[in-house]
Amino acid sequence: MTVEELIKSEEFEVLNKGSNLNREIAVPYCCDLLSIAMSKMPQDAAWVTVMANINTLAVASLADAACVILAEGSRLDTAAALKAKEQGITVLYTNLPVFEAALKIYNRINV
Amino acid sequence: MNEKIVLRYEVDPNDFTRAGEASSNVKRRLKLLGVDPDIVRKVAISLYEGEINMVIHSYGGIIEVIISPEEIEMILTDKGPGIEDIELAMQAGYSTAPDNIRNLGFGAGMGLPNMKKYSDEFNIESTVGVGTTVKMKVFIPKE
Repeated sequence: MTVEELIKSEEFEVLNKGSNLNREIAVPYCCDLLSIAMSKMPQDAAWVTVMANINTLAVASLADAACVILAEGSRLDTAAALKAKEQGITVLYTNLPVFEAALKIYNRINV
Repeated sequence: MNEKIVLRYEVDPNDFTRAGEASSNVKRRLKLLGVDPDIVRKVAISLYEGEINMVIHSYGGIIEVIISPEEIEMILTDKGPGIEDIELAMQAGYSTAPDNIRNLGFGAGMGLPNMKKYSDEFNIESTVGVGTTVKMKVFIPKE
């Protein structure tokens, strides 16, 4: 499933459509501690986290995440939202808990 | 890529809005130079951890990155409180980051261990009350 297909599924609210929507999502990945996410996140992951700040975007970009899903109703502030646009990072929102958000992605990848 | 490329960045203390800019910039440059993605990832992780440490703990510093066909060398020099017990600081899970930093998702005590793990050469020197210098190298294997 590509990032574009995930967006079209309408499972999640879209904050920002990134620059590479044809990117294939490899796996959902859940972690809120940035140092662990940074070192352990697989490439092309759909990263599900409640950590919604500008550093989340830096880690997503450096660790080559396919997109970021902010769970449990977490939201980026205005400065961070602007940064997501600038850097072309796809950011999606959901009120679901982390596991349920990741499970939705997992099920869509593994149909 | 025959010549050495030298990149230099200033890191401001406590400026989390710009934290990661140096690492992102280096990552972009390495990608453009066609460096293997696994090597780029090693550099990105170790450099970002170092950059974040400078933002959290130091009073400001300089990152210098020297890219040659054989290796990527990263030298991070800061003015700051220094590290009293480097051996303790190197232990995974040990952190002196305050609560406001932990709330941002940092302070897991994984910074220095990640830097050592993802670089091929790692050296840290610190003087309490003066500052800390970290030197890291990531080698580019010959094809």
